[in-house]
Amino acid sequence: MSTEILARLQFAFTIGFHYIYPPLSIGLGVILVIMEGMYLKTKNPLFEKMTKFWVKIFALTFALGVATGIVMEFEFGTNWATYSRFVGDVFGSALAAEGIFAFFLESGFLAILVFGWEKVSPRVHFFSTIMVALGAMMSAVWIVVANSWQQTPAGYHIVGEGLNARAEITDFWAMVFNPSSMERLSHTLSGAWLAGAFLVISVSAYYLLKKRHIDFAKNSIKIALIVATFASLFQLFSGHQSAVGISKTQPAKLAAFEAHFDSSAAAPLYLFGWVNQKNQEVKFGVAIPGLLSYLIYGDSHKPVTGLNAFNKNDIPPVNIVFQSYHLMVAIGFTLIAISLFSIFLWWRKKLFDHKWFLYVLVFSVLGPQLANQLGWISAEVGRQPWIVYNLLRTSEALSKAVESSQIVFSLILFGLIYLLLFILFIYLLNEKIQHGPEDPETIPSEYEHQKTVLDRNIGE
Amino acid sequence: MEFTFDLNTIWFILIGVLLAGYAILDGFDLGVGSLHLFVNEDEDRRLLINSIGPVWDGNEVWLVTGGGALFAAFPHVYATVFSGFYTAFMLLLFVLIFRAVAIEFRSKQPMAWWRKSWDVAFSVSSILIALLMGIALGNIIQGIPLGADKEFQGTFLGLLNPYAILVGITTVALFMMHGSIYLAMKTEGHLQERVTKWINNTIIFFVITYVTTTMFTLIYVPHMTEHFKSAPLLFIVAVLNMLAIANIPREIHLKKYFLAFLSSCASIAALLALFALGLFPDIVISNPNPEYSLTIYNAASSQKTLGIMLTIAIIGIPFVLAYTISIYWVFRGKVKLTPMSY
Repeated sequence: MSTEILARLQFAFTIGFHYIYPPLSIGLGVILVIMEGMYLKTKNPLFEKMTKFWVKIFALTFALGVATGIVMEFEFGTNWATYSRFVGDVFGSALAAEGIFAFFLESGFLAILVFGWEKVSPRVHFFSTIMVALGAMMSAVWIVVANSWQQTPAGYHIVGEGLNARAEITDFWAMVFNPSSMERLSHTLSGAWLAGAFLVISVSAYYLLKKRHIDFAKNSIKIALIVATFASLFQLFSGHQSAVGISKTQPAKLAAFEAHFDSSAAAPLYLFGWVNQKNQEVKFGVAIPGLLSYLIYGDSHKPVTGLNAFNKNDIPPVNIVFQSYHLMVAIGFTLIAISLFSIFLWWRKKLFDHKWFLYVLVFSVLGPQLANQLGWISAEVGRQPWIVYNLLRTSEALSKAVESSQIVFSLILFGLIYLLLFILFIYLLNEKIQHGPEDPETIPSEYEHQKTVLDRNIGE
Repeated sequence: MEFTFDLNTIWFILIGVLLAGYAILDGFDLGVGSLHLFVNEDEDRRLLINSIGPVWDGNEVWLVTGGGALFAAFPHVYATVFSGFYTAFMLLLFVLIFRAVAIEFRSKQPMAWWRKSWDVAFSVSSILIALLMGIALGNIIQGIPLGADKEFQGTFLGLLNPYAILVGITTVALFMMHGSIYLAMKTEGHLQERVTKWINNTIIFFVITYVTTTMFTLIYVPHMTEHFKSAPLLFIVAVLNMLAIANIPREIHLKKYFLAFLSSCASIAALLALFALGLFPDIVISNPNPEYSLTIYNAASSQKTLGIMLTIAIIGIPFVLAYTISIYWVFRGKVKLTPMSY
């Protein structure tokens, strides 16, 4: 395989694996602030128990986010050196801001959040929780700003020629508020809130099915459900905003989302289908005629720029983008349906009565995870063949000093260590869930428990 | 030496500060890890891990931020070094993650074989992290083969030369010394007695490797000493470094462990200052073609970006310092095992 494909595979694999965790931290962060805020307001120990339990889960997702995030911070340089030289001046400011404003904030206060219950007053602890949640969101702000700049560059000029050409910043705020950054940020954050909310819903529904920690689970579900309902509906709005934005800034990507080839025709909206890029057709497709034109222009007859308007070398692989985009949208609507149906049941006071629906809630945790991954695939593959839209091609952004055999070696390393990390994550998550939200002071800890078992065995 | 206090110089210093922050903070984590197998009792090993428990994760953030700042301020250095040292950096990332896994996994099961395996994993990965970082540093000191296009032209095996390995071993020794002092500060009772005995040995180990490295540097890497010849005042840094190291046994004898730890921090800072003074204004020296070296000027971002980043740093750094200090204040005192411990 070529160096380019290997390097792209490695980046996709490492970023995809990394992106399991930060959305969970961001989403759980918001829910923790709500829970601990309610504890401070009501002094109800149930909310304290809830906060303490979900902090443990948060700490786990955060630790994995840091471990896999270090790789990302290095990988621009290791695998994409030419890209790094080209964008360093622009991209770097956002990354530096992320490090100083976000990483230090969250990792610093995390220690108090996790280990500081007995060391600081409840108010200081609550403050730390807010800072951690804020820090997690701030890191999303800066990284999405940097990525959006790659989609819709702004506030820069090109200095130098040929191999020495690079983008230099001319206007920091134009770079930060580039045409796509705000709508992509709101869409990303909202996806992260969904990830956190549905994790809480899923674990709580599991407890209800097992008839354990009933009060705890019911209250956790209610809080997470409010977040989930808001976020899933907001996702519809921000997603629409994003698509309208893309129609102006990245028309080739939008055309690939809907496999729209003919620029002179009004565009339908596909529910599903299978794209044959060579013959420019969608097989087995079911579409609503004119709906894409209507959603973008408010006029179902207006033509939408199609893929034929572009040079063949300037369009992304259509079917991958089409499939990932449509699956993401389908999952998004499913999450809205689950949220609204839950609210309906809650209103009828039957939320916890249907066993089958609790099972649906247990598995709902996979929805946001899949949608987040698919959304990024459609956004990033949809930008191809460009790494920086219309400025730098992915094939020209690689590290010149790195050979494909080296990338194969590192891919194997990452495959091994990430497998280990994923087993660790599932193992620890399961352990914490099975252990449940008992008050750590009244029952022996997992370690104490195991130690007594061990001592007894040795004693015999 | 031409010395102008411009934005490029400020960022050279700031990145040095970030890396020194990382070396001082994660340095004791790595030192504790390197010494981990020298205690045998399960309880003692848990105390060792938990002495770094609340902070090791946050300490790694200094490395992440240092990498980010390097990318932003000197993108060519970031691109050249990270792609040039590809295999070495991938191994480094592998052991960095492996250490995290080992810390998390170790105390989760009671079986002796389980814990012993993860203890070995934790200790070996800590040593390897320090060694690989030292090897990278050693290569930067000697200079690496660069082309006119700023690209690395050497090989992975070329990076594993005797001098670089010597710097690697020195780094391991330095962190062992640092970690043993940290442990003396964080432990009590019989465990403290044991770790206090290690301090002398680790100091001797460090001083031997450090003196050897210095001799090698003076003989084989003369470009590192040029500034010290032209501006003998800079020699004060080297003297301060020796005084800081010499002060450690004194404070340990007086049982002032915190002051001993501060001395050790100061000596790490002084070592990195010596390294930075030797390089300036180069960041990556091209060896054998010095005209291709990456300097704080030809490898830097635009003045505008350096200015924006300085604003960000000036706003952010007081907060970073304030909450780093407050976290260490909250977690001061001896390490105790609680239900939340590893």
